Amino acid sequence: MPEPIPAQQDRRVTLSFMVAGFIFLVVIPLLNVLPAEESWLHLSNFRLNQFGKFLAFAILALGLDLIWGYCGVLSLGQGVFFGLGAYCMGMYLALQIGSESVYGSELPDFMVWTQVKELPLFWYPFKSFWGGFLGALLVPMLFALVFGFLSFRSRIKGVYFAILTQALAFAAWLVFNRNETRLGGTNGLTDFKQLLDFRLSDPSTQRGLYIATVLALGAAYLLCRYIVASRAGNVLVAIRDSESRVTFSGYTPWRYKLFVFIVAAGLAGLAGMLYVPQVGIITPAQIGVLPSLEVVIWVAVGGRGTLIGAIVGAVAVNYGRSVLTNYFPEAWPFILGGLFVIVVTLFPDGLVGMLRKVRERLKTTPATPVSKAEEGGTAA
Amino acid sequence: MCVTGIPTTLRVLGVSFVLLWGLGVPSVWAADESGNLVAESSQPSSPSSPLEQALLDLQSDDAEVRSQAVEVLIQQGDVRLLPRLDALREESSRMVRIAIKPVIDLLKNRANLTSESPDSRRSAAADLAMGGRVEAIPFLKQAAAQEEVWWVRYTMEESWHFLELQSDDRAVQLDAVKQLGELRSANSVPALNALIEAGKAAEATDQHKALATAATAAVDYIESWGWWANAIETLFRGISLSSILLIMALGLAVVFGLMGVINMAHGELMMIGAYATFITQQAFLAWFSPEAFDWYFPVALPVAFLSAAAFGWVLEATVIRFLYGRLLETLLATWGVSLILMQAARVYFGDLTAVIAPQALRGGAQVMVGVYLPYNRIFIIVLSILCVLGIYVLLFRSTLGIRVRAVTQNRNMSACLGIPTRKVDAYTFAFASGLAGIAGWALTMVGNVDPGLGQNYIVDSFMVVVTGGVGKLAGTIWAALGIGGLNKLIEPFSGAVYGKVFILVGVILFLQWRPQGLFAAKGRSADA
Amino acid sequence: MTDGDRILTCEHVIVDYDGFKALNNCNFSVHYNELRVVIGPNGAGKTTLLDVICGKTPPTSGTIRFGDGINLVGKNAEDITKLGVGRKFQAPSIYSNLSVWQNLDLSVKRASKGVVPTLVGKSTPVERDRISEVLETIGLTAHAPDRAGSLSHGQKQWLEIGMVILQEPALLLVDEPVAGMSDKETEQTGQLLLRLAEQQAIVVIEHDMDFVRQIANIVTVLAEGTVICEGTVEHVQADEHVREIYLGRAKVAH
Repeated sequence: MPEPIPAQQDRRVTLSFMVAGFIFLVVIPLLNVLPAEESWLHLSNFRLNQFGKFLAFAILALGLDLIWGYCGVLSLGQGVFFGLGAYCMGMYLALQIGSESVYGSELPDFMVWTQVKELPLFWYPFKSFWGGFLGALLVPMLFALVFGFLSFRSRIKGVYFAILTQALAFAAWLVFNRNETRLGGTNGLTDFKQLLDFRLSDPSTQRGLYIATVLALGAAYLLCRYIVASRAGNVLVAIRDSESRVTFSGYTPWRYKLFVFIVAAGLAGLAGMLYVPQVGIITPAQIGVLPSLEVVIWVAVGGRGTLIGAIVGAVAVNYGRSVLTNYFPEAWPFILGGLFVIVVTLFPDGLVGMLRKVRERLKTTPATPVSKAEEGGTAA
Repeated sequence: MCVTGIPTTLRVLGVSFVLLWGLGVPSVWAADESGNLVAESSQPSSPSSPLEQALLDLQSDDAEVRSQAVEVLIQQGDVRLLPRLDALREESSRMVRIAIKPVIDLLKNRANLTSESPDSRRSAAADLAMGGRVEAIPFLKQAAAQEEVWWVRYTMEESWHFLELQSDDRAVQLDAVKQLGELRSANSVPALNALIEAGKAAEATDQHKALATAATAAVDYIESWGWWANAIETLFRGISLSSILLIMALGLAVVFGLMGVINMAHGELMMIGAYATFITQQAFLAWFSPEAFDWYFPVALPVAFLSAAAFGWVLEATVIRFLYGRLLETLLATWGVSLILMQAARVYFGDLTAVIAPQALRGGAQVMVGVYLPYNRIFIIVLSILCVLGIYVLLFRSTLGIRVRAVTQNRNMSACLGIPTRKVDAYTFAFASGLAGIAGWALTMVGNVDPGLGQNYIVDSFMVVVTGGVGKLAGTIWAALGIGGLNKLIEPFSGAVYGKVFILVGVILFLQWRPQGLFAAKGRSADA
Repeated sequence: MTDGDRILTCEHVIVDYDGFKALNNCNFSVHYNELRVVIGPNGAGKTTLLDVICGKTPPTSGTIRFGDGINLVGKNAEDITKLGVGRKFQAPSIYSNLSVWQNLDLSVKRASKGVVPTLVGKSTPVERDRISEVLETIGLTAHAPDRAGSLSHGQKQWLEIGMVILQEPALLLVDEPVAGMSDKETEQTGQLLLRLAEQQAIVVIEHDMDFVRQIANIVTVLAEGTVICEGTVEHVQADEHVREIYLGRAKVAH
């Protein structure tokens, strides 16, 4: 019986996935290690580190693509979940500095200079690596559970939901900036020294982190592909297309939205957790309204509703940003704003989406459905 | 002869002379005194010799002599000595300078008690209290007797009673304490508390205790009054914040509720209005005379409105019109525009510019003791009421309003009936943008003009629209009042930041209970 | 009043929108396996009637009993759907970005439509057979892999009917199924509905009187929110009162 193969399970995609995986996982780290430093083939530690950061962002973008690209739910607060994950790992790393800190105390530096005498209770779980790791995944997901439950169940949707998530991002930024929350205030957490037994300043540690990021991205991608290719994934698209019809097919839309929202939050937390040891700092500036919006632009540029597009967009835009801010620092907000306007109005399918459309148009000839002849001119 | 009586009389004479000349009304009293006036001014204004002696003693090295001299000068000196005292201060040693300062202050303030400006009189009275010299008391009493402005008179009374607290006469002190209580003087609370403490001390006499009791009663009364005054001021601040929010939200509600467009650049349109005001001010500074300066403010109103409206027009024509009906897309696209505008402002204007308030809007009304309502905030409240009325009239009582409502309810039919839908769209959007410009113009009175101006209000404005229910003016108004008011109410307890967080959580929970907002559009259209 | 042979009973249903009564003391019932047609002038409340039955709009007052006396008032739409009420909307409500097959696959009646089963579940051969059967019935077998948005208007209507059929509802609510269709398509739709009526009760809203005559047994005339006449097509067409109402010359007495 003809069961159509969903585009996502295209052979071609699987092939490109393997190729890309090979390049990122094997070739790039090798380029860092093997060639001599002066050779033009050599990939500097800085560049490798940068790639790791971009790939962490790609994980973040994947989550947003799931909820926005597929399910049509625009969340302008992914930065919050990213931040929660990053801070959890950051707290673990901060506690690892221990006696190497500027003040030489077991407490993180910022606590010393804000006269905090002992470690606040909520820091305790992060003394262990597993605390940091699990926290980075579970805390954002728990948060998403509560927020999503309250919002989706009361049928808050579309633009209203977007505005609420934006307000959430704003509130989170405000809260994280305060010193009373004991999270480092505006300066955030930084100056990390080691992760487990590895020194963060050591290039091999950074390489290891890079590889971990690539593997995590691969796993995240496979997870998203699985969801999207399953019937639940079809339900997500159906919700985007016609939520009422979904209800009348017997599904409960808000449960599905909540599910992907939580998954997206988990992915964001994962991204944050990988970001922090590679970049070495986390501040509230990565949490608020604007960073959350940037995630949206990555997905929009790359192509929403195509998982690859999220990855491509995240890497492309961030790479572009790092290049452009080198030469024209003041121009970046203009370019970013311009990207928003242009992509949304003129190129809503994004890069990957456009490529796919072009390929489809080249591949198939427009078919004349049989029934049209019978219709005798009834307009569709 | 009472030397100190002369300056007062002189001033009164001067004023009545001007009145006489200006109004042409003969004033017997003035004519009588003018003879005196002539007589006075024909005398050489030579200070009497004790004063001269005191001036010399002031420069002595002996502290005793100096303080005696200070006493003399205070008792008998007047404002005419000021220039010489100032000169003396310039050239003297530090010790002399320290001795001279209270004299100068006292004399200056004493003179200002009869100044033309109520503000000078008031601050003179307050300074005299701070100065702590009981010699000022009779002058305060005298000035108060003639004072017409109640708030200035109040300050004078408060000051002299405050000084009376230092008296040796217990009866006078007791009376002063009682009077300060009745005056509800918050300024005297520290001194009263000191009396209460003295009453509790081990060596307190009966008199001390009596004073302490009276002081306790007075402080209680003052503090309970203070609580009310604070509440009123907080309420007022809440309303004024809500007003700004309301003007912003009205524009958003028109655009979102009627046209179905989310404009994230609305805050930047407000910023444009504020910068337009700033530019108008600079233009006035550069091209017009200082007397005309205050006119920049009313002139800036149409400038702000039109420039914001113009930007809005362009925005609608280039970006928005391609995205009608696609809410999420307009949200993102307008965010992009907002980023561009913010950065443009930052690059062109820099991060901080100041707008000087026009004379008429400085200061405020002292409505009651402890309740000071600044004029600029009153102005904003009035403005927002006018805006609401204006929108109501425009939308529900004018031809354009009917067309706007027709187009938003049924575009195709309206087009069939000959309504130029493109034009209506453009005008509506431009108008709503102009509203944001007006909000920016008003905002220059209460805040700085910086590129991030719009960002402060955009999140709150959207919360107002979302809470109030789409498409209903009444909902927007109530939501603005509610959110603005709540913001200010919570602030004193938990700070502005947690207030915002609390409100966000509150809105989410509220929407949980009532997802369609405060006033929902009912019926079939509600499903949109 | 015995419910025995009735699958649906609506009594004294009122839907009040801020003073405007879309349904005004409406009494309506349908028997098992009956094909009932509801007609009426514009604004009569026909779609609102379907809305309250399937849970889209809550009635202001009144009772709606389904099957074995199950009360539908107060239940939400997905629960009512699971109880066995299917709804086909006036404007084709399908998933344009999914293929025809996927559209149908989502609608198949399953034990659970929760998140986890839907995530891990695969369609069984039985289910696949059912989908193929329905594809045949609605004539879209050739279009199974096509994107649903690319179908013609008539095909979209059929797809939606197919989707609702797969839910195996006991009561099918169909809103203007032949709007925009050609004569031939209309006739085919009529035959399809008649075939379906052998297994389930169907309520159809329509304006096209030829179509109504083709399929109807009993016709209910709705006007201004109440039922003003019920009977065979001839009976209803001969009724003076109905004619007056349609022509706007008379008002409905409440």
